[in-house]
Amino acid sequence: MKAATREPAGVGSGAAHPATNVGAAVQARGLTKRFGSVLALDHVSFEVAPGELFGFIGPDGAGKTTLFRLLTSLYLPDEGESRVIGHDPATDMWALRRRLGYMPGRFSLYPDLTVIENLQFYASVFDTTVAAQMDTIEPIWRQLAPFAGRRAAALSGGMKQKLALCCALVHSPSILFLDEPTTGVDAVSRREFWDLLARLREGGMTMLVSTPYMDEASRCDRVALMQQGRILRIDRPSAVRAAFPRPLLAVTAAGEGAAVRIGLLAALREHPDAASVWPFGSTLHFTDRRAGPDPARLATELGEWLAARGIAATVRPISATIEDAFMWDMTSAEPAA
Amino acid sequence: MRTIRFLVRKEFLQIVRDRGTMAQLLFIPFVQLLVLSNAATFAIRDTRVAIVDQDRTPASAALRARLEGGRQFMVERVTSSVVSAERDLIQRRASMIVHIPPRFEEDLTRGSAAPVQVSVNAEEGAVAGLIAGYAQQIIADFASDRAAAFPLAVRMVGDDDAPVVMTATPNPARPGPLGVRFRTWFNATRNYKHYMVPAILVSLVTIIGTLVTAQNIARERELGTLEQLNVTPLRSIDFIAGKLIPAWITAMALFVIGLVAGWLLFGVPMRGPLWVVVLGAGVYLTVALGIGLFISAITHTQQQTMFVSFFLLMVYLLMSGMYTPIESMPSWAQWVSAGTPVRHFVTVMRTVLVRGGGIEATWREIAGLAVAGVAVLAISAGAYRKTTA
Repeated sequence: MKAATREPAGVGSGAAHPATNVGAAVQARGLTKRFGSVLALDHVSFEVAPGELFGFIGPDGAGKTTLFRLLTSLYLPDEGESRVIGHDPATDMWALRRRLGYMPGRFSLYPDLTVIENLQFYASVFDTTVAAQMDTIEPIWRQLAPFAGRRAAALSGGMKQKLALCCALVHSPSILFLDEPTTGVDAVSRREFWDLLARLREGGMTMLVSTPYMDEASRCDRVALMQQGRILRIDRPSAVRAAFPRPLLAVTAAGEGAAVRIGLLAALREHPDAASVWPFGSTLHFTDRRAGPDPARLATELGEWLAARGIAATVRPISATIEDAFMWDMTSAEPAA
Repeated sequence: MRTIRFLVRKEFLQIVRDRGTMAQLLFIPFVQLLVLSNAATFAIRDTRVAIVDQDRTPASAALRARLEGGRQFMVERVTSSVVSAERDLIQRRASMIVHIPPRFEEDLTRGSAAPVQVSVNAEEGAVAGLIAGYAQQIIADFASDRAAAFPLAVRMVGDDDAPVVMTATPNPARPGPLGVRFRTWFNATRNYKHYMVPAILVSLVTIIGTLVTAQNIARERELGTLEQLNVTPLRSIDFIAGKLIPAWITAMALFVIGLVAGWLLFGVPMRGPLWVVVLGAGVYLTVALGIGLFISAITHTQQQTMFVSFFLLMVYLLMSGMYTPIESMPSWAQWVSAGTPVRHFVTVMRTVLVRGGGIEATWREIAGLAVAGVAVLAISAGAYRKTTA
């Protein structure tokens, strides 16, 4: 399913007409969860279409894990309701549990069992066998098979994640929840893992993925930007980027070293038209306050402005990344919700 | 059923793979059984004693010789001075003073009261009691050999209680020069190992069974595998069964091996039908392990689990009558004792092994344990569900 063919289900659209989208794989309306005085999840509403790869992007503590635990029947909500593939996780958990796959954020398989033993164990919990499910898990199993007899504890981080994914898939679930599946995994393994998710998506699997990595958002059909228990914005990644409302300039200092970059950062923040300045790796992203002017002209002007202060730097206009958009949403006064 | 089978298989694989658990299960219990059974003894030897002999006659010398003759006492000093003997007691050079007063022989010959006083350091109550008992027996033997009666005053030094005054007299029921005779039933030689080995064995399987099961669910919680299991259709009763069965089999195996070792190495008697002991052990372990699982279900980390388990195990060991007589406990403690499952199993063990009783003598305990077992398992399954729903 192509993202473009779908109507993006906006925030709160389901709340007004509860029965309108019975075909949705996941519907959440006003989900709220408190832990004591901490509001972990604050009236979260969204819909996920069948076959969609839906990402939740946000920093630690944004409420991503709490949301997943509510949707997978591990927690009960304080307010609001949800339906996951037609089941209410709060009341119909046993039917739901047969059909959902869940990969928790922490590696949570038995370290002292081997790869194949872990897989057999989870298959047996669902009253099935590895052999019977080979069609589903084959693409992942092919990569794991050489390590079948190795204990899970002795696997690399990337292989552990693949085993966890394999175990979450071993009963051919209708929907898959992946809570920060690539946290703590090296860049190559992360890419391989997302390639596997892309293959599952082609097979029609509905997937909800949370991640703190902004660069992974572009591989989702739609993303929800989360912060402090609320959803700030839900959109296709390209739309999130395109919606960035201001000119964005990448500024790279001519010299090396932290002192040079800190000097540049301080100088840029002094600029009268600076809306925000954030370090992104070795460059700085400068957002101009003015929405109108041509970015190329602003880049030239900013370069001259810096040169006048004796700072040598290259300035070029760039298009916003998800992270820029997220930073903008996070710091702007009113959240999208 | 298939799910339970796989759960059990998984648990056994984990037990076998984990070196620490294997050592905990196989090596440590048997070393402990061997070492503790030889070390933990109620028999006291070579207690140092100061004798105040203010009589210095053949009769007093004969009593001294009696005291010195056995293996229980070692005469540290014979003196005429009460003060110096008491100094020995205070400075712990001696644990007991036997005071033979002047005119002891004369009183003895005349047949009038010849008082002997025994003073015992009562800092360690049980030990003091045993020492006093030994002394009393020796003096009573001496008295009966001489067909004499003399009051024996036993003073516990360091104890607030008033001195216990006992009279060692010839047994009036039997003619001739006879004294007090103790006759012990069922353990005629009063071999403490017959008493201790079963107690240590029960302690070991209880400690190991409780700790292994208590740590188990907490460990899964820490690993995160519990969260993974909780989103599966696995029912809590299957889960509890999958945890209980492997631990139960392991603990039963330990128990049977330990029992055989006790019989072969320490000559623990097996007078009653063995199947009753095994049945009792099976039922008892269900309760003990069920309690372990309950602890596991209500705690969050292995550390908390260990803390709660140790607290409970202390109550078990001290209040079950394994090492301390229930009869000497205050009545509230006797009620607590009645609530500890281990006490009832110890009763079954001693009844069958030592007294030769069968199922007719033990069915009450076994049935009580069975009821407790069902209740405990139901409660743990409920607690497990509650903490994870």
